[in-house]
Amino acid sequence: MSIHIGNAESAPPFSTAAHTALQNQQLRQNVRNATNIIQAKRNNMAGELPDWEELRNAGHSIKTHTLQYLDQYLEEFEANVTRAGGHLHWAIDADEANEIIRRIIADRAGKEVIKVKTMTSNEIRLNAYLEQQEITPHETDLADLIVQLGNEEPSHIVVPALHINRTQIRDIFRKELPLAQLGIENLTDDPAQLAEAARLYLRHKFLTVGIGISGANFAVADTGAVVVVESEGNGRMCLTLPDVLITLVGIEKIVPTFRDLEVFLQTLPRSATGERMNPYNSIWTGVTPSDGPSEFHVILLDNGRTDVLANGEGREALACIRCGACLNACPVYHQTGGIAYGSVYQGPIGAIITPQLQSLEHSQTLPYASSLCGACYDVCPVKINIPEILIFLRGEIVRKQQSTLLGKLDPENMAMQAMALVFSSSGLMTTAEAFAKFAQNVFVHDGFIHRLPGMLSGWTNSRDLMPLPKKSFRDWWSHRKKDSAP
Amino acid sequence: MSNSRSAILARIRAANQNRPSDRQQAWALLPRNYCAQGTLNPTERLQLFDERLRHYNGTPFYSTGDVRTDIAKILSDRGRRTLIVPPGLPAEWLPDGFRFMRDENLSKQALDAADGVVTGCTLGIALTGTIVLESSPTQGRRAATLIPDYHLCILRKDDIVELVPEAIRCLEPVKDHPLTFCSGPSATVDIEMTRVRGVHGPRTLDVLLI
Ligand code: SF4
Repeated sequence: MSIHIGNAESAPPFSTAAHTALQNQQLRQNVRNATNIIQAKRNNMAGELPDWEELRNAGHSIKTHTLQYLDQYLEEFEANVTRAGGHLHWAIDADEANEIIRRIIADRAGKEVIKVKTMTSNEIRLNAYLEQQEITPHETDLADLIVQLGNEEPSHIVVPALHINRTQIRDIFRKELPLAQLGIENLTDDPAQLAEAARLYLRHKFLTVGIGISGANFAVADTGAVVVVESEGNGRMCLTLPDVLITLVGIEKIVPTFRDLEVFLQTLPRSATGERMNPYNSIWTGVTPSDGPSEFHVILLDNGRTDVLANGEGREALACIRCGACLNACPVYHQTGGIAYGSVYQGPIGAIITPQLQSLEHSQTLPYASSLCGACYDVCPVKINIPEILIFLRGEIVRKQQSTLLGKLDPENMAMQAMALVFSSSGLMTTAEAFAKFAQNVFVHDGFIHRLPGMLSGWTNSRDLMPLPKKSFRDWWSHRKKDSAP
Repeated sequence: MSNSRSAILARIRAANQNRPSDRQQAWALLPRNYCAQGTLNPTERLQLFDERLRHYNGTPFYSTGDVRTDIAKILSDRGRRTLIVPPGLPAEWLPDGFRFMRDENLSKQALDAADGVVTGCTLGIALTGTIVLESSPTQGRRAATLIPDYHLCILRKDDIVELVPEAIRCLEPVKDHPLTFCSGPSATVDIEMTRVRGVHGPRTLDVLLI
């Protein structure tokens, strides 16, 4: 099997990438501005509903239940898609999904496709694969178009170009769009003008390209319906105008019934963009004669999801509806932006899903990209306990590393083993304390330890340390007992 | 392909060994303590719909009782002359002095060339200012309400519900038709999270309440 989560397997460790991001003042300012706006809007919209907590509870329960019976719901979904004239494919990994998509396009001798935002297609690196096959993918979501034209990396699961400001977007458009041909002179950085340029550029593609590719926000088992939630109308264009539509769906996107949408169609828009409802939701089932594509394919993608399902507490990460609220609320994301995560899934959800999808073989530093403050859990519309999963994964990763010989000989592991020994013996502890109190003197400046030597520097690279007090609690306790003895 | 199917299903089953056998019962017992029933009276509901529709740049109009005249007034105020209409939109709604083209499989280019589209509507949701369209003779196919730059939608006041769950429950009978929820005209927040009106869908949305 070849499971790829974008290019996560070759991404640098989070701490290294974060360090680079922190040097980029412009990026930090762009991220801060955008996340502040979106967070304030989200808080208003969530606060406005008296039953918000009940909706979160319901969302959590529906998703947990679905994961428990996922095999049955997938089979039901498959039967309903097929009954309604759609074709259903199963892809165990990224390679298989790419190959299925290539075959469908080749059958139609297609050379171009129009795409509506799908993180899942980024996950399987579909665009790069299609380009290798000399098929041109056109991203049609404004943010994705900006990222594609600017040769950037997406930095946010809902607003991929969140790290790019209006002036930078204007520059990308001036460089990459045929503005003269579109009749646009003197493009400014006014958002309305930028959106208009994208409208003019893409309209021709919408009217002429015969194959569309989409993702799905939800796939409904009891009807076989697929749901796409969007703002611009590019989704509707891709879903209805081409003759052939290919929809790539992660297997965790299933909801049991049409009725269940009444929960998620409230929590998703309010959490994602801070709107009561986003401009457009499309819900469709199979093919409808004389309305929309005449050929419809759904690809159900595993690509590591069944491993996550088998990963104890970690499986809850599959309940995610990709609203992005946890990114916007995260103090770490605020500082670094999304690219440092090295994954198509960034922020707190990225930190728990990316390593798990790769069986904890890659992206092992991501669960540490958090201060465990719990803000992500508070805003999550499906109540995923992200901090708890982060801690669980830290443990799993350490256990995994310890299980190899190299891991056993790792200095950090040996230090931890030694510490465990010291902590378990009162005599050794007293000796160690006395030694440390004496040895630390050379490192204390202004009441803090800013830098430790050698192996210990790993700890002080990203934090200051309080020196050990003159009198430890254990000292005080043993003296106190003597002093106050009757 | 079928190998992947059975492999995926087998892995899911292996990961879920201790589940109660009755799935339907488990679903029925899921907690649903959120509001599923609105509390507003019809007048308040209409007011809320009006306010929320405007909030996202849609414009409500109120019928004088003569739909034909209402439509004529709105269209001429908007300067729209050539309009797409779905095959089943009542002919008595269509005033003289405009060019109405019945959408019997018009080409995308023909849809693009029109000034706008006039359709019926399945229901409105007051809390979110949403209109819901289904693929039907009076509401047309999805492309017809998408490509033209202007949409005039005719909605019965009685078809407005207050909450999203009420809407979903009303839609149960048509749940396998293509459905489109529209909340205001198309928009984007992709540039610095600022809502810009009008990208690819109709840039102007009018709702005539009858
Ligand atoms: S984990 Fe929760 S808050 Fe984060 S993206 Fe997923 S659903 Fe949204």
